[in-house]
Amino acid sequence: MTTDFDDQHRVIDRPTWSARETSEGDQELSLREDTDAAALGREVGAVLRLEDGKVLDPSQIDFDRPDDETMIINMGPQHPSTHGVLRLMLELEGEVVLRTKPIIGYLHTGMEKTGEELTYVQGATNVTRMDYMSPFHNETVFSMATESLLGIEIPDRAIWIRTLMLELNRLSSHLLWMATNGMDLGSTSMMIYGFREREMVMSFFEKTTGLRFNNNFVRPGGVAADLPDGWEDDVAVICDTVLARSFEYDDLLTGQPIFRERTEGVGGLTAEEALALSVTGPLLRSTGVPWDLRRSMPYLAYGELDFDVIVGTYGDNFDRYALRLAEIRESIRMIRQIVEKMPTGDFRIQDPKVTPPPRGRIDASMEALIHHFKIFTEGFKVPEGEVYAAIESPRGELGCYMVSDGSSKPFRMHIRGPSFVNLQVLPLLLRGGLLSDAVACISSVDPVMGEVDR
Amino acid sequence: MGLEDLPHNFLTGRVEDLVKWARRSSVWPVTFGLACCAIEMMAAGAADYDLSRFGMEVFRNSPRQADLMIVAGRVSQKMAPVLRQVYDQMMEPKWVISMGVCASSGGMFNNYAIVQGVDQIIPVDVYVPGCPPSPETLMHAILTLHEKIRTGEITKRRAEGRPLEIEVPSSSPWVPGNPQAVQIGTPR
Amino acid sequence: MTEISIGALRGVPTTAGAGVDQIAFPDRAGYAGVIAGIKDAAFEMLVDLCAVDYLGHPGRTLPDGVTPERFEIVVNLLSLSAKRRVRVRVQVPEADAVVDSLFSLYPGSEAMEREAYDMFGIRFAGHPDLTRILMPDEWEGHPLRKDYGTGRVPVQFKEAPGPR
Repeated sequence: MTTDFDDQHRVIDRPTWSARETSEGDQELSLREDTDAAALGREVGAVLRLEDGKVLDPSQIDFDRPDDETMIINMGPQHPSTHGVLRLMLELEGEVVLRTKPIIGYLHTGMEKTGEELTYVQGATNVTRMDYMSPFHNETVFSMATESLLGIEIPDRAIWIRTLMLELNRLSSHLLWMATNGMDLGSTSMMIYGFREREMVMSFFEKTTGLRFNNNFVRPGGVAADLPDGWEDDVAVICDTVLARSFEYDDLLTGQPIFRERTEGVGGLTAEEALALSVTGPLLRSTGVPWDLRRSMPYLAYGELDFDVIVGTYGDNFDRYALRLAEIRESIRMIRQIVEKMPTGDFRIQDPKVTPPPRGRIDASMEALIHHFKIFTEGFKVPEGEVYAAIESPRGELGCYMVSDGSSKPFRMHIRGPSFVNLQVLPLLLRGGLLSDAVACISSVDPVMGEVDR
Repeated sequence: MGLEDLPHNFLTGRVEDLVKWARRSSVWPVTFGLACCAIEMMAAGAADYDLSRFGMEVFRNSPRQADLMIVAGRVSQKMAPVLRQVYDQMMEPKWVISMGVCASSGGMFNNYAIVQGVDQIIPVDVYVPGCPPSPETLMHAILTLHEKIRTGEITKRRAEGRPLEIEVPSSSPWVPGNPQAVQIGTPR
Repeated sequence: MTEISIGALRGVPTTAGAGVDQIAFPDRAGYAGVIAGIKDAAFEMLVDLCAVDYLGHPGRTLPDGVTPERFEIVVNLLSLSAKRRVRVRVQVPEADAVVDSLFSLYPGSEAMEREAYDMFGIRFAGHPDLTRILMPDEWEGHPLRKDYGTGRVPVQFKEAPGPR
């Protein structure tokens, strides 16, 4: 079908699956006959350069399968089970998934560009909204990178408060994961239970930081405010309640035959595939690799805490579920140790160039007023340099690569989002499974689209 | 077709009240959670801030079955056509709550990637401030929407060319465009 | 931190850095070979690949023998067995912004290289599917470049009531 418009416009004379009103093109999944061998191999989930026997043999990919046996469907971006605005194009034969192509970018916010426009003091507000399930982790990695460039050491109490908040955040993130994972597998009660527990942690965050989440609490130089009086009792109540209820989740899910059938053996991943695809976090640990930055490259106060690194065996969905449930219990164990070991002292560094003065002193002292003014309008200058700081977020290795040019705004702030890299594992997990297993696999990868798209 | 063509008299006035009561008691939202506000929306639907007491705990996944679109989160340039498509697929009567500052005005992200306010694309009934708005704020917005449904008009009034919305006299302290029953603050 | 000797880094200018053992500065021709050598030295995982645009900041400190260019590709690698990190920085000129792709060595770099292409316009030779990943497909321009504006819209107050 040719028309006069051939030269200027691309004529679509075969069906493509781009939505008519959206502006999509090459990011989509094309028909099998239009895809070359290498692309087909990738979309089927074959990972190159692995040892023989572990990789999908290209001769096993049936290029000549007639196209009327398969169907390309679109899943998302508005979908209840894709954990945010993830779009998946799937090629199905019946209910069996053959090829997958994730298309992201539906939540791209230009946060790295915005990070270059905001000062280091304001930067935490921007970074915290990337991985909105674990905002403290984003703020911490940003602050750690800034402090490394500044060459300052934060006081002990600030380190321990940060560790406490990070572990509480891991708790709330994993509880929300249990809730949404349960919901995706059909258990609405798990959704309610997860949110009920999470509300306790949220109200503690609101008491300490002022906001339920996306709190601008961890800042370069320490934390924004001290813990409130009576925080030990609040945290103890959270720990006791969540630990007791985590055994209720065992009753609800772990032993239940339908749950086990739906998760065991589904979405299996091997350690070689995970390492080749740069996967980190619970996804990597479920394959058997005991890599946890809190243990292997300790930061903050993790060197002084006693905890286990949970490792799975088969790399399937059930391993990841059990791993995260065990990590909830390990976090509770760590939080109890932090409550015992919390030192007294300053909650932020007493350097007047970095930390704003307390509000009361502004009326009394002219220097305090000037420092306050300079910090909040111009920001503090950071010496030239570059640094890569990484911590273990609930989803994997969260890194911040920051380049400074000596001014008060970062020259380049790049956040290595673990979900962005972990999503590459989806074609592997989904291949050969049913469509309902696809929902379970996406959920067990635990993507947060805010840090995928940034 | 439908109620809009009926003239307003004593009987249809009662019918109108019944229809408005039915409409505001079971507003079913479509799942349009985009970013952080989606988590607060889910928390509003969960146990502690129960949306089920307003009849709204069923988040319909298909826009064809939904009445309300709560745009929860920042709308990027790539997502904007999808948003419009989902809104067009909803059936009348439909309402839109723009939840959070990112959906209302672009929020803290005034850059190339974010649509500066979802009302550039779809008409919005209620704007909710907050980053993210706490579930109580979202519930206040939902109650405001219920007031708007309760005080809106469906059947035709006698005077020709009379607008469907309640006219606010110019001497009133209310901002033009808001139904009179809704104040800034808690609805009475 | 003691420096571990990686055979592939012989002859390549290196410096020390915060949080890494070494930062290597190979040229574009030797880049893929250096990364292959690092992989053979038991650096199993490529953690991060990103690009930086040095348009407004030419006077940065580089070791001798490294000519600064507009773009830089920064690769962070991790050895799980030795618990070490290493960083590699390659200078990429603006006129001929092409670099070898690391997909054949580390398949996990696929999405990261697509993002660098989308945001900076740097092409990766040998990448299997170099298309935009974050922006819509027919977006023009590469947003994270320094000469691409933020795109701020002047704040509009919609339907604000006038003075009463």
